[in-house]
Amino acid sequence: MFTNRKLSPILMTALLAVAAGCHKHTPVPAPPPLNPGPTSTTSGGTDNTSGSGTLGGKPTIAQFSAEPTTIQRGQASTLRWEVSGNATSVTIDQTIGTVQNSGVRRVFPSDSTTYTLTATGPGGATTSQATVSVIAPVAPPPPPPENPGMGDNGGSLGSRVSSLQDVYFDYDKSDVGGEAQSVLAQNAAVLKGIFASFPNANITIEGHCDERGSAEYNLGLGDRRASSVKDYLVQLGLPADKLNTISYGKERPQCTDQNEACWQKNRRAHFASGQ
Amino acid sequence: MKKLAFLALAPLVLWFALPAQDFKGEISKPSTIVLAVPDFRGSGNAQQLMGVFNLTLWNDLQSSGLFKLVPKTSYPLSVPQQPTDFVPNPGQGQNARGRALSDWATSPVNASYLAFGYGGAQGNVLVLRGWLDDVTQANTSQAQALGKNYTASADEGGAHKVAHDFATDIITLFGGKSLQGTHIYFVHRDSQASPKEIWVMDYDGSNQHAITHFNSISIEPAVSADGTKIAFTSFAKGTPGIFVFAVQPTVRDLHFYNQKASVNEQPTFTPDNSQVVYSSSAGGRCCRIFIANLDGTGFRPITHSTFIDAEPKVNPKTGAEIVFTSGRSGPQQLYRMNNDGGDIERLTDGTGEAGNPAWAPNGQIIAFSWTRGYAAGKFNVFTMDVASRRYVQLTHDEGRNENPSWGPDGAHLAFASTRTGSSQIWTMLANGQEPKQITTRGLNERPVWGK
Repeated sequence: MFTNRKLSPILMTALLAVAAGCHKHTPVPAPPPLNPGPTSTTSGGTDNTSGSGTLGGKPTIAQFSAEPTTIQRGQASTLRWEVSGNATSVTIDQTIGTVQNSGVRRVFPSDSTTYTLTATGPGGATTSQATVSVIAPVAPPPPPPENPGMGDNGGSLGSRVSSLQDVYFDYDKSDVGGEAQSVLAQNAAVLKGIFASFPNANITIEGHCDERGSAEYNLGLGDRRASSVKDYLVQLGLPADKLNTISYGKERPQCTDQNEACWQKNRRAHFASGQ
Repeated sequence: MKKLAFLALAPLVLWFALPAQDFKGEISKPSTIVLAVPDFRGSGNAQQLMGVFNLTLWNDLQSSGLFKLVPKTSYPLSVPQQPTDFVPNPGQGQNARGRALSDWATSPVNASYLAFGYGGAQGNVLVLRGWLDDVTQANTSQAQALGKNYTASADEGGAHKVAHDFATDIITLFGGKSLQGTHIYFVHRDSQASPKEIWVMDYDGSNQHAITHFNSISIEPAVSADGTKIAFTSFAKGTPGIFVFAVQPTVRDLHFYNQKASVNEQPTFTPDNSQVVYSSSAGGRCCRIFIANLDGTGFRPITHSTFIDAEPKVNPKTGAEIVFTSGRSGPQQLYRMNNDGGDIERLTDGTGEAGNPAWAPNGQIIAFSWTRGYAAGKFNVFTMDVASRRYVQLTHDEGRNENPSWGPDGAHLAFASTRTGSSQIWTMLANGQEPKQITTRGLNERPVWGK
């Protein structure tokens, strides 16, 4: 059985005539009929209608619940579900993924979370939701602000933190140079005022890098920048336990241009309110 | 078939020679297997699926790097669909060309093997009959290297499947390893300002979907050797910390315990899948290399530098050696050490900045990114034979090229490139040939290729 890349009817007729002369088999223009062997076993596998009388409809979610529905952060809630009918896939979102038709799963959400169970069958999908409410551990009420007018600059915590200046670094360096030292001396005075006015305040020092080093290495470099700044401020008498550090490497650039002015802006330590 | 036994060795030479041919002059260029793969036709309802089949089969064979595929324009007019289509004396003339084995072995085709067959639909089942003949043989009874039926659903997915299955059989026949069924994990975000999530896709870019939904910065994925777990760094709980997830059969957080540190990052698995090696600022300035159990317990430092030690990668063959990035001599460079921290040696020559080491499955060659010869930040992908430290540059300043990761076949690399203007995942052969873009949507980076 032959085909031609450009099948002309004339050619096919000619081929047919030749083949008919041989009298071996009846030639057809399409490819030969197929060996039925390998397919016969597959017919039983296509389970297109379930025997449960759902007429190929959507699967039914008999149960999808969370117990308890309210937890304290850090505690567990248990999801239970049962899907009946013809479901080809049962999934739960929030990184749980594909699950069996019925089951139990302990979850530890850190914030209030709604879980959606989706049961998909030949007739469509059915969804059901269960919500776990997360409450923060009960904290003591904050003390009243001490004479808000008495701080050196006054103003809200946010506005005073935003007056803290960024500190800049040389490429691939994390040491606090001369210019950075004078900036930090000014920042130290502001920080002392902030901690006097807001005894519960924490400050986070963010370490950032320009885009040129590898992202992986920069996560380390940003950490060293934030730590250098913290150490320098502690030397100036600020309390270490009120200064947190975090490195963003080059994940949160201030600007994205490819020139030294922009790169310098990104090689910095930045001050933000802690929690 | 006698010839096949010999040919089966050729890809092994090829596999090692891809990165190595420039290191060692004595390895000669392997003889390439020349394949003719004419379009298959289908009977009845199968015909509409054959376009997908033909494209998939061609791409799979082409991207394996094992074969030279002869362009379809130089094929004879008559294309056999089954072995009985070959005749001893087809006679002369245009329309007889193709009916003898030798028509495929001689000019202009000059192939050594011919893949042929046809498709047919039986109800909702697609049946693909595929053969591979050694066209250099004198007669058809000795020519057949492969002859098999493949079945799948009679739809586009089924056409993909039978093409992948047939291609896998051909690739395996020549000692190659198919990439079918392998996965690439990567970091995806919809746009510059979006959160970074860990995603996964099939090796060819299909079936892309999210694994994490932290709405945070989740980066630096690694995959265990058995393909059942991933580890990554995420800001989901504040400072950068390590997460270990089971990914097969279902996605599940295994709750890796992070020791107290401002940064725990860049996790990677030991080849026996039992431990995690990572970089941490615990107990001092960032960062030292640590090793811990899979759940984060039992951690202890391996390095003791006061500079940044990062991106540890354990030799997948021996488990006894670790390559990593360090700033101990100035700008970041690549180093190796024993897995107890002994015998630290620098691998790169101190020029530029080097990072992102990744072991080939053979445990002899690493791929990495390096700015050698370019301005700061202009990373290109290189490979290096760790024993001799000979290196080869694979990309040449087409944007930033970073984070190479070896395919399980040891012949392909996935990497991230900005050459189109945005960061996307690409694959290429380990000698830099055949670069292929496999993501297009959003911004994608840091691929790792696993089972």
